[in-house]
Formats: sequence, C-alpha cells, structure tokens
Amino acid sequence: MAMPFYVSPDQVMQDKAEYARKGIAKGRSIVTLEYAEGLLLMAENPSASLNKISEIYDRIAFAGVGKYSEFENLRKAGIRYADLKGYAYSRQDVTTKSLANAYSETMGTIFTRDPKPLEVEILVVEVGETPAQNEMYHVSFDGTITDRRQFAIIGGQAERIRTYLQDHYRPDLTLAEALALSRQSLLAGYERLPAEESALEVGLLERRRRGRKFYRMPQAEVAQVLATANHGA
Amino acid sequence: MPLLSGSYDGASFFELLQHDFPHLLPFQHLQAVPQLASSELRLPQAVPFATTILALRFVDGVVVAGDRQATEGFEVASRRIEKVYKADDYSVIAIAGAAGPCLEMVKLFQVEMEHYQKIEGETLALDGKANKLAQMVKQNLPAAFQGLIVVPIFAGYDLRTQQGCIFKYDVTGGRYDEQQFYATGSGGKEARSTLKKFFKADLSRDAALALALEALVDAADVDVGTSGPDIVRGIYPVVKIVTRDGVADVAEVELRPLSEKLLTALQG
Repeated sequence: MAMPFYVSPDQVMQDKAEYARKGIAKGRSIVTLEYAEGLLLMAENPSASLNKISEIYDRIAFAGVGKYSEFENLRKAGIRYADLKGYAYSRQDVTTKSLANAYSETMGTIFTRDPKPLEVEILVVEVGETPAQNEMYHVSFDGTITDRRQFAIIGGQAERIRTYLQDHYRPDLTLAEALALSRQSLLAGYERLPAEESALEVGLLERRRRGRKFYRMPQAEVAQVLATANHGA
Repeated sequence: MPLLSGSYDGASFFELLQHDFPHLLPFQHLQAVPQLASSELRLPQAVPFATTILALRFVDGVVVAGDRQATEGFEVASRRIEKVYKADDYSVIAIAGAAGPCLEMVKLFQVEMEHYQKIEGETLALDGKANKLAQMVKQNLPAAFQGLIVVPIFAGYDLRTQQGCIFKYDVTGGRYDEQQFYATGSGGKEARSTLKKFFKADLSRDAALALALEALVDAADVDVGTSGPDIVRGIYPVVKIVTRDGVADVAEVELRPLSEKLLTALQG
C-alpha cells in the first residue's frame, strides 16, 4: 500500500502562514487611529467603488486588506451578524467584542481546516461614548486577535508605519491633524515613494453623530481638509 | 452565533431571514394558527389596533401624520402609540392595523433599508423601497385573513424626480401610487373627505401641516378608534415631513397652537 508522505503539522502551518503573509504583503496598508472626536480609518485605494473600509453597525466599522473577494465576504458576514443580532435583541446588544471574536473564530477555523488560508487581515473598530471606551481589534489571517489602543495598522507595510506612528502619534488630535498624520504615516510605509499619490479612502466614526456614527468622507472633502491642515502647519 | 452560519448571499435582510432564520420572521407564527378567526378569540377585541394615518404632498415634499390611539375592542389600549416612523433618510412609513404585526413590520423594514445600504454601499431607489414593502405586506396575507391586518402608507422624497411620493397598499401587497393624498385606518374615510375638500396642488409646508391636522381632528370627531390632539395630557399626533433635506419631525411647539385653533373651531 502506498503511504502518503508524512508532513509535520508544524510544516503545514508554517507553509500556510507564509502563503497568507505573501498575499497580504501585496496589499497596501490601512491605518486607523483615535482622534479627539472619534476614530479615523484611512486606506490608499485607487478604486472609488471597491471599498476597503465599511460601516458594520451604529458604532462599528470594518477595514480589510489582502484579497478583495475574501475580505468582502467577511465584511458582508459581519453586517449580517450585526443586523441579525440587533434585530433579534436590541441595538445596544451588538458589541464589537463579540463580533471580533466571531471573526477570529471563523478565520481561525478556515486557517486550520481549509487547504488555502484566507489572505486577509481585518480591523474591527468601535467608537465609544468616551475616548476611553473606544475599541480596536486586529484579526489576522489565522484568527489571532489583538486589542489595540491609539492606532492600529494592517497590510504589507505595517511595521514601518507603526514605527512612524509611535514617534508621531499623540492623543486628542483634531480631525485635520489626524487626517494629515494618517496620510504621512501611509507615505512613511514606502521604501521608495510612489511617483504619484494614490487616492485616499477615508471613513470616520464620529462620536457626535446621532444613531449611526459612520461617515464616508468624500475625496474632495479629504483633499480640502488636508490642504487646510498643511496650510496651518 | 457563528459568523457564517447561513447560505444566503444577497443584500436583503428580509430574504436572509426567510432563507436562513425563518423563526425570526414576524409573520411565521401567525400562519401556524389557522383557525384563529373562527375560534373563541375575537381578534379586534384581543389585540390592539392602530388607526388613522394619512399622507399628503406639498410643494417641497410630503407630510405624513398619524393619531396616537390604539384601540382594543371598545377600550383604549394606548394613548401614545406612534404610527409614523422614519424608514431611512428620505422616507417614512406609517402603519394602520393590528399593532403588534404593524410594529414588527416597521422594524423589519427599517433594518431592511439599512442592511441593503450597508451591503451594497448605496441606497435603494424610492420605487425599490416601495416594492420591498409590498412584498412584506404580501407575506402577511395569511395573517390578514385571520384579522391581523397590516396596511401601511409609505412616503418619501424621490431625489431623482425631485418630488414627494406617496404609496398606498392593500392587504394582498398591492401597491398603488397616490398623486395627491391618502388616508387609511378606521378614520381614514373621514380624513380623506377633509383632504379631498381642501387639498390643492402646490400647498405650502404650513398649509399642508394644518390640513393634515385638520383631517385627523375630523377623523377623531367621527371615528371612535381615532383620538384628536389631547391638550389636557399634551399628546399630539406624530407628524413627519420629508423634503430634499431629509426627514424632519414636527415639534410639539408647532403642533400645539395649530391643534388649539382647530379644537376651538369645533366650539362653533
């Protein structure tokens, strides 16, 4: 009887992780950070219609990098999960913690069970009633979940951006400052600056909004705020 | 609750429930009780009913109003029920019929609008929303035959054609466009007479608001299921106005003097 070759679980996991990391590294980074009046999410996205940042529920937003079809499926599943829970119980019962855990569980299961791991990393973030109640969760391709404060980064150039933000981030940024800092940090992610700057996709969770806190900032407004921020600096 | 438990992959929350979570549908449990109508339980006496609602167009959009009474047989079940709800940024839904199923339908419809918008990244056209509601009313048909009727009015501002639109429904889910005004519920006929008599094309906002209140006062005057403005308790009809700026509630400070004027006129 022919025996299949033995491959150690160690090796399988390593190979899968390497495969996933390679896929994710191709994607551009997304940065999210806390500012005085909420949370800001920023992605470089040449497409105006294929979004990487999205609303999930009243206070909760989602961002994904990697393979579009995969994080798009996760995004939709998150919206279904949140809307179902809010419908069956109440709007207050939809929590980011439970959603992030559900993501972690699902992505972890896919990583161990399926031959091909997901090539995605996601962020699930919530604006709290006070800045101290903000929540940011980073869920990795293998389901690893990490709790972040102040800022969180996903995507290929995460390390370099993290270093930049560690040096430059401070609490209580204004929106204009937060936008400028996010963009600077994305640029700092590049080894060599690209010839032309790519379009920015920006989503905000604004504490002052009533009901649904998510606001997708139009590109014209992003450009305008950035211009005034640079002018003031 | 696991993240990917169902197999439905569309943008409709209503279909998601039908497909993967039928136990959460509002209409399901009613269909399981086929003999309700002929049994001892006489529904109009057993569950609260919401009554008069109306909508009329004016030059910048549409006014939607409803009285505040729910009736259970010959009793007042509630003096403060709300029958007019914001559906999304540019539309409102008003409901008449059995209060429980009505409120569930409103809730489901609100989630449906929001869910579609989040999944697809854009809002449904006003016509699309009206059709979606028609499908929900149709789903309620078996319950309607048992007496648990839900008859909504859906109204909104169509950003494409730049005007207010009113849709009325029958219990089978039939959907009809109304060009000027409509009223339904137990006092609907009375309210319609008033609206018919005084409605003009290109009413101003204030004139349309005053007419809506007058129609409700007239309905309350004749129909026992409808309450007029209750100045003693400070309960006024719920009135919402939809224009290109979105949905706005009419505040009590504006409703109070208008109501007082109308009630004084009744003294003759």
